[in-house]
This record gives sequence, C-alpha cells and structure tokens, in this order.
Amino acid sequence: MSQNITTHTDKKLPLQGAGGADHATLAEIFNKDEDRVNWHDETLWWIRAKRDISVHKIPEWEALREAASQIKHNVLSNMHVYLQQFEANALANGIVVHWAADGAEHNAIVHSLIKKHNVTRMVKSKSMLTEELHLNEYLAENGIDVIDSDLGERIVQLAKEPPSHIVLPCIHKKKEEIGELFHQYLGTPAGNSDPQFLTETARHHLRETFLTRKVALTGVNFAVAETGEFVVCTNEGNADMGAHLSDIHIASMGIEKLIPERKHLGVFLRLLTRSATGQPITTYSSHFSKPRDGQEMHIIIVDNGRTVQLGREEFRNSLKCIRCGACMNTCPVYRRSGGHSYHNAISGPIGAILAPNLDMKKYADLPFASTLCGSCSNVCPVKIDIHDQLYKWRQVIVQNGYAPTAKKISMQVMATTLASPTAYHIAGKGARLVMKFAPFALNNSLNPWYKQRDMPKPPEESFGEWYKKNRKAP
Amino acid sequence: MKQDIQDHANQKLPLQGAGGAREAILAAVLQNQPELQQLPDIAFLKGDTEGAQEKYITTLTTIGGKVLKVKSFDEIKALIPQHFNADKRVVSTLTELSDIAELNQGEPIDPHTLEDIELSVIRAHFGVAENGSVWVTEDLMGQRVLPFICQHLAVVIDAENIVPTMHEAYQRIGSAKTGFGTFIAGPSKTADIEQSLVVGAHGPRSMTVFLLG
Repeated sequence: MSQNITTHTDKKLPLQGAGGADHATLAEIFNKDEDRVNWHDETLWWIRAKRDISVHKIPEWEALREAASQIKHNVLSNMHVYLQQFEANALANGIVVHWAADGAEHNAIVHSLIKKHNVTRMVKSKSMLTEELHLNEYLAENGIDVIDSDLGERIVQLAKEPPSHIVLPCIHKKKEEIGELFHQYLGTPAGNSDPQFLTETARHHLRETFLTRKVALTGVNFAVAETGEFVVCTNEGNADMGAHLSDIHIASMGIEKLIPERKHLGVFLRLLTRSATGQPITTYSSHFSKPRDGQEMHIIIVDNGRTVQLGREEFRNSLKCIRCGACMNTCPVYRRSGGHSYHNAISGPIGAILAPNLDMKKYADLPFASTLCGSCSNVCPVKIDIHDQLYKWRQVIVQNGYAPTAKKISMQVMATTLASPTAYHIAGKGARLVMKFAPFALNNSLNPWYKQRDMPKPPEESFGEWYKKNRKAP
Repeated sequence: MKQDIQDHANQKLPLQGAGGAREAILAAVLQNQPELQQLPDIAFLKGDTEGAQEKYITTLTTIGGKVLKVKSFDEIKALIPQHFNADKRVVSTLTELSDIAELNQGEPIDPHTLEDIELSVIRAHFGVAENGSVWVTEDLMGQRVLPFICQHLAVVIDAENIVPTMHEAYQRIGSAKTGFGTFIAGPSKTADIEQSLVVGAHGPRSMTVFLLG
C-alpha cells in the first residue's frame, strides 16, 4: 500500500500532548477532567439538536441530501474534466491558477507569492486545508508572520494549539481560559471572561490586522467548474475583510471542492450551515470570480493524497465531504474524547476515514475510535457511508499489519476460542466463575473496561447448559 | 484497490500555473476516477412563493436582522437618523440618498479609506425567504469592502423581489457574469467563545433591510 505519499508527515506536529500517543491515550488525558468532558459533550449535543430543529423545517431535506450525494458522485467520476474546465474559466476570469501535489509544494507557492511582494505578514481566514498542510509552521520557519482571523482560530493560535473541530476551532476551551489568553496577549483586564467583551477586543485587534496586511489567504468552500468562481462562507465576515482589503488574495482548495454548475450551489448552501450549526445559511456566502482592479487573485489546487483516496474504491466517498462538522457534533466518541485526541487536522468520524489515507500506520488507531453506531452517516448532508468506511478501514489496517499489538493478540485469542466449541465452553464457564468468585481478577486498574463502567452480573449458567437441563426428550 | 499510483514526494516544485504537479494530478485523477455517474436533475427542487415576504421578515428577524417596510426613499431618508448615528460617516451607492450620504458608485479609491464608515446603504437584487439573505453584486456595492467594513449595514430591496429558496435565487442569478457577489444574511456574528452568540464580529454590528413598496 502506498505510504508516505506526503512529506509533511515528517514534520513536527503541533498537536498538544500528541507525542505519538494514540486516540485512547489522548482521550484518557481529556477524560481526567470529568466536568469538562460533560460540558463538551452537552455543548456539542446542543449543536446537534439545533441542527435537527433547522433540518425538520425543510420537508424536502432527504431529497436535498440525495441530490447533493449524486452531484458529488458525478464530480468524483468526472473530476478530470471539471478540474480543467474550472482552471480554464478561472484563468479567463483573470485568476492565476497553481497546482500543488502536496503540502511542501503548496506552502512553497504561498511563500513565493509573499516574497514576490516583499512582505513578511499575512492574514488568513479559516482553511482546514492549510491546517492539514501545516502552512503556518512552514511560514513561521521562513520568517512570515501569519494571523488567523477567524475568532476561534485566533484563540487556538494564541494558545499554540491546533483547532479541535473543523467548524468550532476552540470548542474545547472554557471562556475563563480564553480570558486568560486575551489578558496575556491582548492586554485585557485579568479575570474578564465575558464573551461580548472578548469578542469586541478581538474585533479591534483584528481590524488593525485587516487594514495593514497586503496578502490575504482564504479557504474555499465550493469551486464552480462552469464559471471558474469560488465560494467562501463565514459568519464573521473575516474572509471578506481580509480579501477585499488585500493587494493579493490567495485561495487554497483541495481538488474535491469542485462542483459542476452554479445552480448546484443552491443545493449545497441549503445543506451546509443547517448541518453545521442549525443556521439557515452563514452570514456571508461570497462568490469570487475576478480580482478587483489592481488586485491579484491566486488559486492553489491541492492534491495531497486526494487522488490516492479517489483510487480507493471503498473510501473514495470520503471525498464528497463538504466539511460541515455534523458527524463530529453527533459522535458519542468525539463528544467525550475531544478533537485533539484524533491527532489529525480533521478530527471526528470523517477525520478518521481521511487520515489513514495520508499515513496508515500513524493513523491506524483512528478507525477504531468509534462505536460504529452510524449516527454520523445519518446526519451527513452528502450521505457519506462514514461508519461503513470506518469498519472497512479496520479490516484494511489489520490486513496490512498496522493493528495495535494488544488488539492483535486479543483478537487471535478470541479467534482461537470461537473456532473451537470445547475452548468456547471452557472459556465461558471459567469467566462466569471468575466473575462470581474473584471479580477483582477482572475489575482492577489493569483492565481499561472498568475505568468508566461495570460488568453486568454474570448468569449462573450459559444458555447451552440451561438447554441441556431443560430440553424435553422428543 | 489501486495502489502506488504516483510518488508525489519526488515531484519537482511546479512552475506557476502549469508545472509537473498539474500533469501529475490530472493523470492520477484520470486513472483513479470511477466510471461516469450522471448528474441528477434538480429542477424538482423549488420553494413555495406564497407568503414569501412574511417568511423573509420572520427569518431575517430570527437571525438578528431588522426589517423596515417603507413606501419611498423619502421615508428611508427620514428613518435613517432615527435608527443610526447620522452625524458620523454615512456612505451610499444610491443617488436617491445623495443629500444625506456620501455617494460612492465605484470610483477607484483605496478601500482602506472606508475604515471609519458608520453606515453603508446599498441596494440588493433580491431577498431569499428561507434564510433571510440578500444577493448583492459588486456593481451594487461601489467598493467590494463597503458592506463589510461599515459599523452598520442597510440594504434596500423591492418588496416584490423575494424568492422562496436558494434554488429560485440561482435561477434568478442565471449565468450573469460578475467579478464578486455575495449573499448577506444578518449582522456579522460569532459564537466561538463557549457558543455564546455575539453580534458584531468583524463586519457590521447590525443589518437593516428597507423593504420598498
């Protein structure tokens, strides 16, 4: 299997507490503070509930999902044509188009554009792609100062952490911690953690940034092949403030952001924000076709493993994702383990099927960080079979020898036991006796099962034993 | 499953616009994309035009915007000082408001000079009932940054120009060519701090729609 398709995996990851630790270990760290876990869990479920209220107001919701799914299937099956069509139309509109095979190429292109204009500072709105490609770290190493302008992203940037959620970057942070960060970096009074006050402070701080930066980078939500335009959605207006005040606007997009025609935006814009936060639409859905007079506009089209995923028949559907975050908000594992436990730019269920494509060994743990309950697939606005793909990744990972050792051994023991009726009966009886007479042998600190739960009371006998005793002679 | 499709890491850095990366990506896409699947017909997706105006008002109000029904520009002119601090800088693209606002109709200026605007008043093509947004293109903005950089935004739309859903919105936009266009739905906002909704993130602190007619 093609490994190491990217070079960025060698880079030092900025993920807090993730010194090579797996999801279970990182989740355990998050779980130490039970009050915080409960609060995190409830906050995300509240957003999921808002999504439901919003969705239930649209009687044709399921038809919309189906349409979106089919449009995305068409995009994946005709991407070769759409990429070239988009490029030709964007070029005709006066946009410069760049192509980048991986993070190293993308980051070098951004750096060369900044250098060409003799500046050392850039403002950036939300772009999970640049998180995936570690653009900020690369630019910092090259002496370029980047300020993230989305409030949540600015907060995690000040905290020197990556976002823990693709739509709600600092959802893991309490307002008191944010107040402390603002006190430390933006000079607010100590102990003030009023969201209104903190947001107002950020507004002034970032307005100065918008007014003084010559280069602005934004992400891309949708790129329309038919017209060569791209759409950027924000609630804060930060992408627009950056782009319209800059001399150079750079937009970074993965190849999967394409959609065929402008009218398809109607389908996706109806689905995106309702799924994400329960709003009917983001405050701003901006359509960029041409640079304004005197401005340069650049698009960087990035692969970084996406073409490989396109070739994985069982996993290519993950490329339909429109990054709404609904699968995270609903996931019982995500809600109780936090985004950072996924040690990948994209966390949650969708992250767990995208990450092993980039590095199967490093992310071998992620498809196992799921109960396979299927809630993610139920809320996905483009009908990605997320939990099926998690299940399939487990099989591929085990076949390729990347399963964790403890899991491998226990699975082997289980396979042997289940393959032999004698071994199965002995093991069952043994376990019942141990649980009855020596529960401490199982319920101890060495067995992770008992960390947050108990075993049910074991039955006196197995069904097999009961049947033998009770069956009547024919 | 197809494997070892290409070795990206060994590719040289691309030239701007058309280097090795372009050809490599397109070749990999061609090799790996599945059999063609047809686009669905989405013509059946449409909204209900009945009661669209009332629905628009309710939706925009729910997401933090304000709607004022007016009969004429004279009424708008009278309402502006009541709702905004008209002593501060007011900029508009509308000639009808030239006696109460500084007119900007796209003259080439440095957009940074708009930094201290209290109120921008612009026109929009139409409103969308299902989400409270208005569709504005750059020819109606004067400057692209005008609806974003102001402290408060007011938008004039004709009362009959309300479409029910985004499907009718894009039907209306059609294949019109514009350098920049945006749907604006309410004031700039954020809930990034503990999901507490705060209005006035980076853009306008309020959005008022004058429904004309």
